[in-house]
Amino acid sequence: MGLELYLDLLSQPCRAIYIFAKKNRIPFEMRTVELLKGSRGSKDTVGTWGVRRRQDPGQHLSDAFAQVNPLKKVPALKDGDFTLAESVAILLYLTRKYKVADHWYPQDLQACARVDEYLAWQHTTLRRSCLRALWHKVMFPVFLGEPVSPEMLATTLAELDVTLQLLEDKFLQNKAFLIGPHVSLADLVAITELMHPVGAGCQVFEGRPKLAAWCRRVKAAVGEDLFREAHEVILKAKDSPPADPTIKQKLMPAVLAMIQ
Amino acid sequence: MGLELYLDLLSQPCRAIYIFAKKNRIPFEMRTVELLKGQHLSDAFAQVNPLKKVPALKDGDFTLAESVAILLYLCRKYEVPDHWYPQDLQARARVDEYLAWQHTALRNSCTRAMWQKMMFPVFLGEQVPPETLASTLAELERCLQLLEDKFLKDQDFLAGPHISVADLVAITELMHPVSAGCQVFKSRPKLAAWRQRVEAAVGKDLFQEAHAVVMKAKDLPPADSAIKEKLKPLVQVLLQ
Repeated sequence: MGLELYLDLLSQPCRAIYIFAKKNRIPFEMRTVELLKGSRGSKDTVGTWGVRRRQDPGQHLSDAFAQVNPLKKVPALKDGDFTLAESVAILLYLTRKYKVADHWYPQDLQACARVDEYLAWQHTTLRRSCLRALWHKVMFPVFLGEPVSPEMLATTLAELDVTLQLLEDKFLQNKAFLIGPHVSLADLVAITELMHPVGAGCQVFEGRPKLAAWCRRVKAAVGEDLFREAHEVILKAKDSPPADPTIKQKLMPAVLAMIQ
Repeated sequence: MGLELYLDLLSQPCRAIYIFAKKNRIPFEMRTVELLKGQHLSDAFAQVNPLKKVPALKDGDFTLAESVAILLYLCRKYEVPDHWYPQDLQARARVDEYLAWQHTALRNSCTRAMWQKMMFPVFLGEQVPPETLASTLAELERCLQLLEDKFLKDQDFLAGPHISVADLVAITELMHPVSAGCQVFKSRPKLAAWRQRVEAAVGKDLFQEAHAVVMKAKDLPPADSAIKEKLKPLVQVLLQ
């Protein structure tokens, strides 16, 4: 069995890995792990973990998937007997194993450091605010049927705004891409994050011509078709049918932990 | 001007960098930035790190933020022994995996545990609601369990048989709740044994030196109102 990538394209880091692997023609088996999709007419009761049909809700919570990633999250990688969690680790592993073009993660000491700096910073900033924007604006009310107070939503969107400003001022500045003249892992990780609030209907690029221009450049560098393909799922997120009560109950604790 | 490291040893990631640089005899100028005096908020420091955080690095004209980025930069520039960040593809991936995971897991719970249990009452003169503290300590327990079960397992160090930057980042995190009186190693013999190995690998003197500041944090005099005001945004975040 060759390289397997366990992904749900609903998830930002999964999209970054998907785009990276496809763009670099890295051969892999796609293992879709559906974080949210529920089974219709299921006789599953809460606490019954035995049935593992493809349509089981919260597939990332299954025992089978825990063999691949005990942290029970996507993305995850399996390469023979070697399993790996964490999107940044996975991207770096793929970069090294498949000896991709230098610009993705440059040999140059300082350029490389800039990529590392972005990849470290984003965990607790852009990742967090993009996730909260999607969930507070769309997923809680539409999918989980849980209203979100206008104040909470306003706070979340304000935080997103602050983070976007940092992205522009500290990282992008007047460069073509986040770390310099060429697209790198940092741009992939960032753009897939921003598509989360975009999927929620937030006008992320409005009033931000710098970011909008950068977005166009990243799309062009990646390829419009591949970019669109990777983002089909997230762009349909606001049309998700409401979750049934069983699924809601199963997913709620994980969701609340995720958006802390 | 050679390499400058802007650090406050009160901060976990600063300790990891301090230990790493000293252990590898990397020559640097120590630039102390005192967080509790709000020195990270100065305009001068913003020139070094516009994100207004420690640690930060300045190497000639090159400035760098983020402890993981700084550690990897130092690894590469000073060509340290392989075990710190191994060339081997899978071993390196294990280090990367830990360094990525910890941002939103152990780092988070260790910071909150230390502040909510100790810094709030001692330094800020405020009590944290018991439910909040209990929830934070429960989260810390959960992270410690993951650290043991998913990362350490039955290995000597987090990424395998040898110490790496992952161990430095982890141990300095755990010393945060230790400084607040949390018995992190008491009922966890595996973690306690790993701690002994890390201290031995780093050198007891260096380890103690790096932790002198945080271990004395419980004896800090209370903050004055000006400082409290300055630290207010931080306080909001730590109570969420």
